[in-house]
Amino acid sequence: MKPIFERGPSLPLRLFFAVLCSVGLMTLDRFTDSSTQLRSYLTATVSPLYYMANLPQAMMSDASEQFMSHQRLLQQNQKLRETLLRQNTQMQRLQFLQQENDKLRSLLGSVPVADSKRLVAEVLAVYSHPFSNQIVINKGSNDGVVAQQPLIDDLGVLGQIVSVGPTSSRALLISDTTHAISLRVERNGDHVVAEGLGQSDEVRLMHIPHSADIQQGDKLITSGLDGIFPEGYPVAEVVRISRNAQQPFLQVYARPYAQLDRIRYVLLVWPKAKPEIDEQIAPPDAQASAVAGDF
Amino acid sequence: MEKSHRLYLVYLSLMFSLVLAVVPLPAMVKLFRPDWPLLVLFYWALALPFRVSIGTAFVVGFLLDVLVGTVLGVNALAYSIIIYFCSVHHLKIRNFSILQQSLVIALFLAFYHYFIFWLSHFLTGVVFTMAYLWPVVTGAAVWPWIFWLLRRIRRQFKIH
Repeated sequence: MKPIFERGPSLPLRLFFAVLCSVGLMTLDRFTDSSTQLRSYLTATVSPLYYMANLPQAMMSDASEQFMSHQRLLQQNQKLRETLLRQNTQMQRLQFLQQENDKLRSLLGSVPVADSKRLVAEVLAVYSHPFSNQIVINKGSNDGVVAQQPLIDDLGVLGQIVSVGPTSSRALLISDTTHAISLRVERNGDHVVAEGLGQSDEVRLMHIPHSADIQQGDKLITSGLDGIFPEGYPVAEVVRISRNAQQPFLQVYARPYAQLDRIRYVLLVWPKAKPEIDEQIAPPDAQASAVAGDF
Repeated sequence: MEKSHRLYLVYLSLMFSLVLAVVPLPAMVKLFRPDWPLLVLFYWALALPFRVSIGTAFVVGFLLDVLVGTVLGVNALAYSIIIYFCSVHHLKIRNFSILQQSLVIALFLAFYHYFIFWLSHFLTGVVFTMAYLWPVVTGAAVWPWIFWLLRRIRRQFKIH
């Protein structure tokens, strides 16, 4: 019989090289910072595959729009009009409140919260691996997307961008095991940190002492302290607290408001230009009251 | 002689399997998605062991790493090791009946998922649930169809 592996090195040698290469790659990717750039090049190279993979779904949704009946279109149009009207009236009130808020803030001597730029993006691929919750969106550095940019939808915070290619970028969701986000309990202003568990419907609050004032149904909003997420967006609601005195901390679980397993459209938020905090030092009274509010 | 290999069809099928691996699916179905690239690689490593082996497996695994966003090299390593064992035993596995092959594939897939879990646990710290093993069952279930389809393609286009 003809020897099969007559060309090239023997099988064990090939395996040895493959193992060597992959271990090198893993070390490079996990334990050094140099791979972020490499990853964005690679993401750019493979992005046609994402567009291809998204084709069936895009065609399906196009077809369903094509065949939608006239009657249903009219109904939908009517409903959208009503929503728009309702939201516009709310918007007027919001603008008034915003002005008032800015005025009050300037009276207190603190920096007014600036409005930030936004962009709608479509999800190209949802990473299916159970160990990791990531999505790929169809906006990249050509649209001004940058790494660590927050991602929200109409219900709450979704996650942040981790690597950017020219036409697509990858985002880590708040439910990913490697993700943590700084939050505030809306009811009393307690600061907490929520880490992902790899499940789309649950995150865990870390290091909550037994004496903490936290209840089921508490609303958690972003605190803005992590320097990535803007302040005040809703993130999750506390659903389960297990008070086991043998554990060093309370076991608190929260359910994200955003439906992380069925994301279709996302909103990219550009962090506003950093206000010069160093120069504009808040008066001591305001600082003291802020600290008093926290505890 | 060299021109009639039609190896580009092999690479095309691998590319297509990679696309299948990232097609967006509803969350309920997603857990059951078979590992298409690995199954297609299996077939080619069994049918053409001197054309498709560890090198190809490494490249496909690496592309999968890039596509799905795992730590680079995790899938490349797992694919290389599995295709190594597949290549070494390809004469034995070829002679199995299709059901026996499915069982062997299930074993390989189970090993693959444990290995990936173990690496991810070491690199990023994740917790194990039995639901991660569903692709083992679905992978073994779709193997006869993949085998049949790819063999037809191979005979039709005389890939060798």
